[in-house]
Amino acid sequence: MQYKSQAVAMPYFIAAIGLFVGQIIFGLIMGMQYVVGDFLFPEIPFNVARMVHTNLLIVWLLFGFMGAAYYMVPEESETELYSTKLAWILFWVFLAAGALTILGYLFVPYATLAEMTGNDLLATMGREFLEQPLPTKIGIVVVALAFLFNITMTVLKGRKTAISVVLLLGLWGLAIFFLFSFYNPHNLVRDKLYWWFVVHLWVEGVWELILAALLAFVLIKVTGVDREVIEKWLYVIITLALVTGIIGTGHHFFWIGTPEYWQWWGSIFSALEPVPFFAMTVFAFNMVNRRKREHPNKAAVLWALGTGVMAFLGAGVWGFLHTLAPVNYYTHGSQITAAHGHMAFYGAYVMVVITIISYAMPLLRGRAANSEKAQVLEMWSFWLMTIAMVFITLFLTAAGILQVWLQRVSDTPMSFMAAQDQVVLFYWMREWAGVVFFIGLLTYLASFFVKGETKAVAN
Amino acid sequence: MSGIFSKAMARNIFYGGTVFFFLLFLALVYDTEQVLPTRDNREALTPEVIAGKKIWETRNCIGCHSLLGEGAYFAPELGNVYPRRGPEFIKAWMMSQPTGAPGRRQMPNFHLSDTELDNLVAFLKYTSGINTSNWPPNIEG
Repeated sequence: MQYKSQAVAMPYFIAAIGLFVGQIIFGLIMGMQYVVGDFLFPEIPFNVARMVHTNLLIVWLLFGFMGAAYYMVPEESETELYSTKLAWILFWVFLAAGALTILGYLFVPYATLAEMTGNDLLATMGREFLEQPLPTKIGIVVVALAFLFNITMTVLKGRKTAISVVLLLGLWGLAIFFLFSFYNPHNLVRDKLYWWFVVHLWVEGVWELILAALLAFVLIKVTGVDREVIEKWLYVIITLALVTGIIGTGHHFFWIGTPEYWQWWGSIFSALEPVPFFAMTVFAFNMVNRRKREHPNKAAVLWALGTGVMAFLGAGVWGFLHTLAPVNYYTHGSQITAAHGHMAFYGAYVMVVITIISYAMPLLRGRAANSEKAQVLEMWSFWLMTIAMVFITLFLTAAGILQVWLQRVSDTPMSFMAAQDQVVLFYWMREWAGVVFFIGLLTYLASFFVKGETKAVAN
Repeated sequence: MSGIFSKAMARNIFYGGTVFFFLLFLALVYDTEQVLPTRDNREALTPEVIAGKKIWETRNCIGCHSLLGEGAYFAPELGNVYPRRGPEFIKAWMMSQPTGAPGRRQMPNFHLSDTELDNLVAFLKYTSGINTSNWPPNIEG
């Protein structure tokens, strides 16, 4: 750690990991409800568990992004953070808002929560992933703006690198597109159309800038490859991401009442969306192969390489699998979508946040890398979680193919629930893979507490 | 490659490409807005439908069901539930939840009034009138 103010990243990373654990527990509950339908009913109905699962994911990734920015930007800008105090205040505000929202989901009936929090003034709730009550949504905007002010001021007073500029663009985009969550027209088609301005333009748009910036930063640090080379790659990757991803939004406009030309635009451009992820994988391996130093933090290198591969598989390959309109006609809104969603989020965003945590956390704790023993355990957690996620995805894909066949392709289509009963075996296997994922996550937690000989920071 | 293709060129292509494709996207969305009146069943947007949409949202229906294929995949697609089941079945179904059948997926009872049930049904009827390019492939959703 070169700048004192970078230390504020630590609580963000700890909060991220803590909420990640919560996310997985609720994932296991939902997985169980897929096979034992009345599990925890009526205490935790499926919809509540799902809100908690997805909202925790979003919140902990945001904690991870913010922590990453607080760690990276002083080092990139070669100056202390504009205000460490503001970063600490925002940390507690965001954590409190996040915790209150989750408790609200769990302990207050959703309709009552809506009434209590001013949903009658401006109805924004009850849309997938944007379930947050109005005060939480406003809180997200306020925290995001104050955070962006802090980061932008830091960049402005220091060195401006491609990495920090791309990171800033991504974070500003994140805040700006979130504003569409306040727009909820009565017209369902227009509601859905602009809902994707948040959801798609986040995960297949501006978040990819953040992802690429984080990865580029860690690769510079662990490989020692020239910044010029890495930043050129960075620009190429994000160009590919946005050129394909922006019009690629069209793959969500096939069957929601939007004009049929989107079937062409969406199919063609989103079919190209794997390209930036492929480039990212090639980039990561290429840089590691051309490394000019042997960084002692091997776990961080593993996570960085893993991010490239798993993002390509999850977002790229599994996205392509069902993105062409004639295929999507059958797979839209099936377990295939769920399969893709799981591996894409894990491979792209979960893994890149763990990559930066893996790289930065030892430095924040005053050492270049963790002990050999701790790293071995961390790498075990990498393989456990990653392989478990591959199997979760494969089982959901199998369930999805069967579901689509029985319910949509067959000459004698089954009803939804009848088809669900037929695929229950795959849901069981998915749940067991989820248990392995959870064991991997616990292993990851344990790796933070393993002692052993460490090398001091060589500055 | 480093000699011919510089970082500055890569950066310029990034900014140029992003701006171009974002503007193209906005143009397509603008055109979509012009076409929507012929497809989105907006003439059926009565006060009942609008009230029904709010009930749909404040009961977090999307947390289990999908609507036009978007949402959760735990419970049936409801974009075409109106033609599949009809208004009376939907209302009776809502009122008889949860079934309490052991081991089966359970739907909460939302204790909706008759008016609220009618509004919700109106919303589902309006939704089923949207031109979805013939999706879903069959009535089972």
